[in-house]
Amino acid sequence: MSGQAENLPKRRPDRAALVVAGLLAAVAIWIAYSMTGLGARGAYARVGPTTFPYVIAGVLFLLAVWTVVEAVRGDFPEREPQDWPPVLWIVGGLVAQMLLLKVVGFSIATGLLFAATARGFGRGPLWMTVPIGIVLSLAIWFLFAVGLQLSLPAGPLERLIS
Amino acid sequence: MDTFTLLGQGLLTALEPINLLYALIGVTLGTAVGVLPGIGPATTVALLLPVTYKLDPAGSLIMFTGIYYGGMYGGSTTSILLNTPGESASIVTALEGNKMAKAGRGGPALATAAIGSFVAGLIATIALAFLAPWVVRFALAFGPAEYFALMVLAFLTVSAAFGDSTLRGLTALFIGLTLGLIGIDLQTGQARLALGIPDLLDGVEVTTLAVAMFAIGETLYVAGQGKRAQETVEAVRGSVWMTASDWARSWKAWLRGTAIGFPIGAMPAGGAELGTFFSYAAEKKLTKHPEEFGKGAIEGVAGPEAANNSSAAGTLVPLLTLGLPTSATAAIMLAGFQQFGIQPGPLLFTTNAALVWGLIASLLIANLMLIVLNLPLIGLWVKLLTVPRPWLYAGILVFATLGTIGANPSSFELGMLLLFGFMGYMMRWFGYPIAPVVIGLILGPLAEQQLRRALAISQGDPSILFNSWIAIVLWALALTAVLLPLWLRYRGKGKVLEQIAGDTD
Repeated sequence: MSGQAENLPKRRPDRAALVVAGLLAAVAIWIAYSMTGLGARGAYARVGPTTFPYVIAGVLFLLAVWTVVEAVRGDFPEREPQDWPPVLWIVGGLVAQMLLLKVVGFSIATGLLFAATARGFGRGPLWMTVPIGIVLSLAIWFLFAVGLQLSLPAGPLERLIS
Repeated sequence: MDTFTLLGQGLLTALEPINLLYALIGVTLGTAVGVLPGIGPATTVALLLPVTYKLDPAGSLIMFTGIYYGGMYGGSTTSILLNTPGESASIVTALEGNKMAKAGRGGPALATAAIGSFVAGLIATIALAFLAPWVVRFALAFGPAEYFALMVLAFLTVSAAFGDSTLRGLTALFIGLTLGLIGIDLQTGQARLALGIPDLLDGVEVTTLAVAMFAIGETLYVAGQGKRAQETVEAVRGSVWMTASDWARSWKAWLRGTAIGFPIGAMPAGGAELGTFFSYAAEKKLTKHPEEFGKGAIEGVAGPEAANNSSAAGTLVPLLTLGLPTSATAAIMLAGFQQFGIQPGPLLFTTNAALVWGLIASLLIANLMLIVLNLPLIGLWVKLLTVPRPWLYAGILVFATLGTIGANPSSFELGMLLLFGFMGYMMRWFGYPIAPVVIGLILGPLAEQQLRRALAISQGDPSILFNSWIAIVLWALALTAVLLPLWLRYRGKGKVLEQIAGDTD
């Protein structure tokens, strides 16, 4: 990596990498802080449930500092620009499935996820992909919930066929 | 009892009709999922683990090993025909294999990969059977201090030694270790980092994390590439069969690859893909047709593919005998064992001998099934590669969430899946490796347990950690694993290490 940095003189500090460093430091402080209330007193107090977390917190903090150094020196590899709308479609599909799973059952919730992902990769229209996804998910539900006895939440559609 | 008797008894277990059926389902599912682009063996195993939940432990483990070997086979098909290896261990296969496919020799490339994998799997599994009892005897002398040193060594080789940055490898590892802290502390019953959420008291599920980071993270990453990530599938034209000269050029490469891959996989350190690079380099040096390298030399497919499979069998040595996973796939397999209350380690060979030997025997059977299944059905697997990407990734996400819901039907678990999936995406984007997170999560709590046992024995005196020669050697190796790559990169020789970047496996 250092070889690359020498060829590109004076890259500005990588601000996103600084954010990463900040997050790492925050996690380190959080671990250390939440350990203060714990601890087995007594004979083996020094090797209680807090020893290992303190070590991890300490190293995380050092890694945060190291990340700052690399960010300032521009040592992080260059990132390709991302195409955000497809990512948002998929995340949206996952959120919808998560929120609706218990309400409308496995098939409808998962069918929505299927359609949203296909949309993210440029396949539509939704009025066609949603029904396809629901039918597919219903078949999967039947195979796994009835066949392999996995506990997949049932909704109105599942109650119709079982 | 000697190894042959034990292995024979294992074969009898594995040959029971119902177990044969489980093995067949396992290898078929494993190949089918493993062949999908962007899905390596680790993801395959994580995605399919829930399928085995409702079986008895023996049947489930047999199906599971079938999935593991099947995923390995499927991965090589992808890298030959698509040139986007689903796993870093197949990068080398793609180098020559994809060139062969482009030149219309995809059939022989797939055949030499499949037969090479079979030969390697056969020899390496037998080597595993003979090496394991020996390692067990050695491992019985290990105390908590030695185990802790061994785990630190595994941590550091997995995260820091290979890949393009020591910093990012170590960061990924410590993210995994942090996640491993979450939940009830087993020795004192106190909740750590659980934020008062009851769902977190049991800790973070390894399978949830693995599926999220590999399957969902990868899907989001591919989606984020937009139109750039277009791939072409090379059709298999001409004869699938290898010619006499193909055979003549392949068989030595298979054996060399096996011999190179197994010891590297069997070492209690990370980096199974290292064997494929060494094998490629060896073939390039020894070949009588140096002009073909880079343009589709069959030795360049045969050797690395054999090395890949034999080091995969090799990683089972530390996994079964020491309970030490050294690849993301092995980490998920360890999670699979734990789900049945089985803790791999030296004791497993005495307390659960029938299960262990049944497992090793079923590896042999899975291997045989794969070669029978793969050579004639290759056309079918190739069709799976041509599934359009929207349907492919939509299907992958359906299965990824299906596994999580099947294991724990709660919106909270799906939330974790989404959170870790997004984290996996961000880590890919910033160039962080993923495997150390998974290994840190599963191995962290085990390492802490050994550390606390050691310190409890010495009443808090840390010098016990360096009290034996074994421990000191292990510490020295661990230190080398961090410092040597740093020095190499500082000297500007980092390119070699970059190529050995451990991404999926």
